[in-house]
Amino acid sequence: MAAKLSIRQLAVAVNKRLILRGVDLDVEANTIVSVIGPAHSGKTTLLRVINRLIETQRELLRSGDVLLDGTEVRRLDIDVLRRRVGLIFATPIPLPGTIFDNVAYGPRLKARLRRPRIADLVEQSLRSAALWDEVKDRLHTSALRLSGGQQQRLCIARTIAVNPEVIMLDEPTSGLDPISTAQVENTMRELKHRFTWVLVTNNVKQAARVSDRVAFFLSGELVEEGEAAQLFTTPRDKRTDDYVSGRIG
Amino acid sequence: MVVRPLVWQRIVWVGLAAMTLFTLVVLFFIIGFITSKGAHVITPEFLFGMPERMGKEGGILPTVIATIYISLLAIAIATPIGVGSAVYLTEYTRESAITRVIRFGADALAGVPSIIFGLFGFILFVIRLRMGWSLAAGGLTLAFMILPTIIRTSEEAIRAVPYNLREVSYSLGGAKSQTIARVVLPNALPGILTGVILGMGRSVAETAATIFTAGSSLLIPRSLFDPARTMAVHFYILAREGLSMERAYGTALMLIVSILLINVVAYSLMFRLTKKMR
Amino acid sequence: MREKLIEKGLLLVAFSAVAMIFLIAYFIFREGVPLVAKVGVWDFIASTRWSPGKGQFGILPMIVGSVEVTILAVIIGASLGLSCAMFLAEFAPRWSVRILKPMIELLAGIPSVVYGFIGVVVLVPWIRRAFGGPGFSVLASAVILGIMILPTVIAISLDALHAVPPLYKEGSLALGATRWQTLYRVQLPAARSGIIAAFILGMGRAVGETMAVIMVAGNALTMPTSLLQPVRTLTSNIALEMGYASGDHQAALFATGMVLFVIIAILNTAALIVTRRRT
Repeated sequence: MAAKLSIRQLAVAVNKRLILRGVDLDVEANTIVSVIGPAHSGKTTLLRVINRLIETQRELLRSGDVLLDGTEVRRLDIDVLRRRVGLIFATPIPLPGTIFDNVAYGPRLKARLRRPRIADLVEQSLRSAALWDEVKDRLHTSALRLSGGQQQRLCIARTIAVNPEVIMLDEPTSGLDPISTAQVENTMRELKHRFTWVLVTNNVKQAARVSDRVAFFLSGELVEEGEAAQLFTTPRDKRTDDYVSGRIG
Repeated sequence: MVVRPLVWQRIVWVGLAAMTLFTLVVLFFIIGFITSKGAHVITPEFLFGMPERMGKEGGILPTVIATIYISLLAIAIATPIGVGSAVYLTEYTRESAITRVIRFGADALAGVPSIIFGLFGFILFVIRLRMGWSLAAGGLTLAFMILPTIIRTSEEAIRAVPYNLREVSYSLGGAKSQTIARVVLPNALPGILTGVILGMGRSVAETAATIFTAGSSLLIPRSLFDPARTMAVHFYILAREGLSMERAYGTALMLIVSILLINVVAYSLMFRLTKKMR
Repeated sequence: MREKLIEKGLLLVAFSAVAMIFLIAYFIFREGVPLVAKVGVWDFIASTRWSPGKGQFGILPMIVGSVEVTILAVIIGASLGLSCAMFLAEFAPRWSVRILKPMIELLAGIPSVVYGFIGVVVLVPWIRRAFGGPGFSVLASAVILGIMILPTVIAISLDALHAVPPLYKEGSLALGATRWQTLYRVQLPAARSGIIAAFILGMGRAVGETMAVIMVAGNALTMPTSLLQPVRTLTSNIALEMGYASGDHQAALFATGMVLFVIIAILNTAALIVTRRRT
């Protein structure tokens, strides 16, 4: 069966600097794949190429293919692509407005849905993100008053509301406390059956906790990719071993 | 004689403070003078009464109405054009020849003196386009006078919206126009509104451009193409013709109060709306 | 696609500002150029006879009047304004600046006709008592204009001073200079182009001001030889006679507007060059 996401020989240069070199990576549907590596290894760029957010940047040179269900992403309508592949940013970025409006933002972009339908959608999304119980009584208060962890789960709910197939997360818990971190990780595990997750993280322990498979990047190169258990205990490449054991970082 | 630096600094401090004080004194003097001579004139009869004997007696109601109409017309025309231009400049282009040309146009427009606007408005709107002295001609002329201000404040406000908010919208599948309409503009609203309201203040104060385009009729304007006399123009005529010093002071006070009110509203609106974003 | 349409539409809207300035220039010049051609450029600019009834349109007295009044106004406004800016930037306590700045901006909100009125009612009689003459004079105009351009000069000079990198100031203070010495020897020179721009823009505003000047200048058609003589500026000329002018007379007023337009264009370009040079 074809992989959900298929990256073939992807090379990317931004502002004349080579960020990614010849990446080959397959992501199977309904799995959690972690992308690990030190800073500036191209992990964030990888995500932004997949949902084409990087195209707002000037001076982009790109070669290779990124396939979603077998279709190159550049052939898809960009807004369709971005609804199928969601992105959670490193710092939670709630839109100024109410909690309700935040979650409803995505759905409202496309269709003129009736109020009860939207309310339903908001509730389902917030439940999926394990945030419903905490906010159900204050849906119409400002989203900016939530704590960091709650805001990040709000961002997840917001993304879930547009019913994506793949959800990418860019170091989503780096600024969060351990409890919020655990909640986000739980959400990923519980919703594995609905979505495919690509998690960029510089926290090796986190990758070990949640992933099915792990991809290790170093300076724009995909060094090693494999099953989580195997990569962490018996990595094939010395560089992988150095990184996961903390000798380099 | 060599003066020790710190002593010299003291002297300079006093001098500069005196200059600043003088400036403030002038400001307070102007406002105080007008207020003292004009306050007793402000009665409901004055504000809502019709002028009699060419303004020598009676009230200033037509001018109040005219001022409100014309300033509202001016911002109604200038705001979409100004905000649209600002949106284009910030969202749709990088710095390029096109943006430089547009900015040149806006800056040049900002430097044109009001009398030239009066001349232009007269020859184009009143004569060529056959609008005659009218609210329409005046409103259009004033609209282009305040356009540069609105473009500048809107641009600043739009630029101040953090980029990552836009990225959130894009990553949820939002198109550019949707992102601008639903995320950028609502967040830039305080700044934009401030610019618009300040533009309104300028329209209220303007005389040279208004007198040659809207005319000086003392009748209450009933349509866009009726001539009208704004408060500023009325004040000028009263003062120049010496018709009624009293009423001149009263009108002047009304002018100052209106502009002050407009400025206060602008700034407090901006303050309140920015607080709502926290 | 819909997005492209929106983009093109906004481009059109954005061009309206540019279109306007060209439209204004076009109409003003279109009315004015034939008149100047008819009268002769030299006769127009250099002749001192302005008698519309007799078909004579020399604007030299107005040019000189505008120049005199403006230069004097800038001297007054610039010195006062720069002093305020310096005070606000370096010497005023922080809390006071937050009150003072809006107050000074309030000065900008007072309509020009009110300034003119105060000038007539307060300044002109005072000049008459103190110095003689009719009171309506170059001096009165210059003082009123000087005060009117204060907000512009102060705001732009303040910006220029604030734009000086704090490192310059700190370096100087670290060497033992007083705040004034630092201001005078380091910050002012560093902000020089911005301050000059402030002066030039103030000048532009003074040249373009109409209503206040009409009320206090006296509007005599003579060449002003002393500060206490009445004077007519280019702007006053236009405003005073526009109401009843027709035919050649009206065209001559447009031609006067043309001259004004050119002068202001030159001033604005100068300000641009001055500020561009530092980058």
